[in-house]
Amino acid sequence: MRAFDPDLWPVVALTLRVTVSALVIAAAVGIPAGVWLGLARFPGKRALTAVVYTGMALPPVVVGLLTYLLLSRSGPLSFLEWLFTPNAMIVAQTVMALPLVAGLVMGAVAAVPHDLVRQVRSLGATPWQVRWAVLREVRVGVLFALLVAFGRIVSEVGAAYMVGGNIQGQTRVLSTAVMMETGKGDFGVALALGGWLVVLALTVNLAAMRLQGRSA
Amino acid sequence: MSDQLAYRLESVAVRHGSRVVLDMPEFDVAAGEILCLVGPPGAGKSTLLRLLAGLDSPTRGVVWLRGERFGEAAPVALKRTVSLVFQRPLLLTGTVRSNVEYGLRIRGDEERAARAVAMLERVHLAHLADRPATAVSGGEAQLVALARALAFGPDVLLLDEPTNNLDPARVALVEEVVLADHKARSTTVVWATHNHFQARRAGERIALLLEGKVVEAAPAAEFFDSPRDARTAAFVQGKMVY
Repeated sequence: MRAFDPDLWPVVALTLRVTVSALVIAAAVGIPAGVWLGLARFPGKRALTAVVYTGMALPPVVVGLLTYLLLSRSGPLSFLEWLFTPNAMIVAQTVMALPLVAGLVMGAVAAVPHDLVRQVRSLGATPWQVRWAVLREVRVGVLFALLVAFGRIVSEVGAAYMVGGNIQGQTRVLSTAVMMETGKGDFGVALALGGWLVVLALTVNLAAMRLQGRSA
Repeated sequence: MSDQLAYRLESVAVRHGSRVVLDMPEFDVAAGEILCLVGPPGAGKSTLLRLLAGLDSPTRGVVWLRGERFGEAAPVALKRTVSLVFQRPLLLTGTVRSNVEYGLRIRGDEERAARAVAMLERVHLAHLADRPATAVSGGEAQLVALARALAFGPDVLLLDEPTNNLDPARVALVEEVVLADHKARSTTVVWATHNHFQARRAGERIALLLEGKVVEAAPAAEFFDSPRDARTAAFVQGKMVY
């Protein structure tokens, strides 16, 4: 494989498919969860917060191992037959992205002055309208959370390799391809593939900055 | 319960830990009156206003609003008849106009844009309508907060020392706008202030709070001209040092 090889495009496309799918699921669950955690008061909140923050630093190999055990032939989810498919990679990356999104959104929401929440409530907002108003206040923080999560999962290699298997044409993504080419001693190709990863990250960040500029 | 009552408080107490911050065995607010709550900082005025706004519930006792049990868990429709202006106004991200529209927007009011502009005109800030809320001064923000609280026409307007950080011209404007709204719509107004001159100008009935308790509540003339309690007399004569 060379830097501009036609074989490369499926790898880039799969990288985007897996990462964006995981990010969309993590956002759909993590943003509401983060807003709820940031606003709610209940017994056990500290413990749950600690779990989320620990999840933010979960090592990819541990996530890979757990996903492997879940999806393997003797695992509880073996009937899905997802092991060594892009779906398994999406599961692993979602598990990594979810606590990051939820934790960072929770932090942003918790930093909103409590008096602002009170003032919104005093104007007659329902609990859902309060959550929506707060979410609008922290939208830059939400964007930042999504960027951080994207950066983490697009470049991780441990879990993607363990549950995907780096199978050419099926589960090979940019990060696992870089690892493989490095292992083979093809440093030029590895560097070129790494360059593509950087280009992807840069493109996403520039798009996010444009969005942020428009919403400010 | 009488139709003439806005609020009735029965055996209401608020405790923070072991400290009692509000203790009101019996207290009424008549519908359509302007009640001024006076007293030094820490007397319990803000705590009481938060109860009247349905933002908090008392530790003990019951708050009734127009005969319905009121508090954090009260129905939204009942809560939406009340509005509170805070001492420190916090505006939402967006324009000044979108802030004034907020209460109307969450009620699904189709004419919110026109109403918001009309409200901004009343506080002399129509020229700032499209300015980002972050770009207005503290005094302007308080007027925006007042416009935001009044835009949806609440039955009850609660004011938590909103003029503390305003210059005299804006203090006069706030008083003028609140009194005009009260006159036009018979709004019930509960106005916390530690300024007895303001209470004299605005209040129909005055209640002095000290350490969470109502020391004396009386019609304004009686409260100021023939106070029954020595502490009220000290407050009225400006001798209460705090």
